[in-house]
Amino acid sequence: MSAEATAINLAARASLWLKPHRIVLILIALALVFCAAFFMRWDWLPQYWEMGLLGIWRALWILVVTCALGFLLAVPLGLAQAGGPFWFAVPAKVFCTIIRGTPLLLQLWLLYYGLGSLFPQYPWIRESWMWTYLRQAWPYGVVALTLSFAGYEGEVMRGAFAGVPNGQLEAARAFGMSRFKIFRRIWLPQAFYRALPTLTGETVLQLKSTPLVATISVIDIFAVSSKVRQDTYLTYEPLLLLALIYMTITGILVLIFSRIEARIPVKIG
Amino acid sequence: MPLSPIFHARLPPAATASDEASISGAKLIDAFLPASAAGIFELLSPVAPGWGGTLLVGLLHSIEIAIGATCLGLLIGTGGAFGKLYGGPVTRDLLAVYTTVVRAVPELVLILLLYYAGTDLINQLLTAMGYQRIDISGLAAGIFVLGVVQGAYSTEVIRGAILSIPQGQIEAARAYGMPPLLMLRRITVPAMLPFAIPGLANLWLIATKDTALLAVVGFFELTLATRQAAGVTKAYLLFFVAAGALYLALTLFSNLIIGRVEAWSRRGMPSVKEAR
Repeated sequence: MSAEATAINLAARASLWLKPHRIVLILIALALVFCAAFFMRWDWLPQYWEMGLLGIWRALWILVVTCALGFLLAVPLGLAQAGGPFWFAVPAKVFCTIIRGTPLLLQLWLLYYGLGSLFPQYPWIRESWMWTYLRQAWPYGVVALTLSFAGYEGEVMRGAFAGVPNGQLEAARAFGMSRFKIFRRIWLPQAFYRALPTLTGETVLQLKSTPLVATISVIDIFAVSSKVRQDTYLTYEPLLLLALIYMTITGILVLIFSRIEARIPVKIG
Repeated sequence: MPLSPIFHARLPPAATASDEASISGAKLIDAFLPASAAGIFELLSPVAPGWGGTLLVGLLHSIEIAIGATCLGLLIGTGGAFGKLYGGPVTRDLLAVYTTVVRAVPELVLILLLYYAGTDLINQLLTAMGYQRIDISGLAAGIFVLGVVQGAYSTEVIRGAILSIPQGQIEAARAYGMPPLLMLRRITVPAMLPFAIPGLANLWLIATKDTALLAVVGFFELTLATRQAAGVTKAYLLFFVAAGALYLALTLFSNLIIGRVEAWSRRGMPSVKEAR
């Protein structure tokens, strides 16, 4: 399709979407934003925006790292449950059940306060190189969020691995592929395609879990907004801005994932 | 509900423990589990010196809030789903904004926002009408806040379930001249239940776990009770594991009930295996 045709198509879709009542609603929304900008106090912004950017960066960093590590853990968890012998399948199932059956906040505090109070009692831990990390808060946050993501995504991957048609695997075997090659070339890619739509949802859920690390004194964007609220005694402004920031990040995430999904062959199975 | 941002008063687990680090052995076991099995039972016993009773009260509060929030969420969700399906264009767009915003913003942020906004709004209404300002109970605030969050999710679940009812059934009910409420009671709700229950059950499990977030705004439920017990006795691992076991038991028990309810709602339909 030429660029001109695309533009016409877009214009047509826009005019279809912009009905009269929507224009009114948009005007009302703009008026609300205008009121918020002029009648609320935003003079604290210049003082805190650097801290805020750092907070956003930390939240995103935690999100990316925990999702990547969690997915790497979820693949063996799913595989063990879908096709493993029972001494692999049962522990994986138990792990997923425990992670999905208890609140993330509790897991986080269990790791931070529970393990955190245990480590310093071993002199050899305090003398080792690990202590530099173990005395900080963020490793506990990263571990808790990673395990949580692995637990939820492991269940998804179990379904995805089990959903790959048997014929595909049999065909691969008939071609004489080795077991690892079958996994790498056939089983994992097809399971991944199947899991991708849920992966979007899980990633957004993970983003929405990241502010919990603020409760163990990691300074992410949520902690920055709490600090602003404490310093300036403002209630709504920092929270509204925070909600807007999270909505923007969610929107960007959904957009990225829809781009990835569009690249994947539709006909599978 | 006392709003103490407790995460600023971080209990330093390392500081107190590291001073006595040289005494290993028994001390070590003390931190992990109290020295003997009798110690565990003493700490977890439901009567005064033990903290088991505190945990159970916390669990009760958690369950109360989860039930209240799920009920409120179901009400909002049913209304929202019908609004989205049969409402006018403005209703539909406003509901779309509601579900999108609630699902895109972290629950923790929503809880803070709704708590402040809700109590402010009620108090301003009361003062405008000439009444005294009131303190809103933590239970009511928690139920309201989590209910609004649950409402957005259940709107989508119920909407999807109504959409998967064969259209002919609803048309047939209309053709028989059923008034809308009778149609809702006799046709729409029973026909949509098998599709809605898995999603709604999932929401119930999420609600039980989301109650833990209220600990951050200082509402006394299981997670906060656990933290207090652990903070006083310094047996962090023991109490957090115990609370985890309680949450897990709640989840597993719920799963049992959900299985029954699901089987009941699918009565008369082919089993899942046959349907494939």
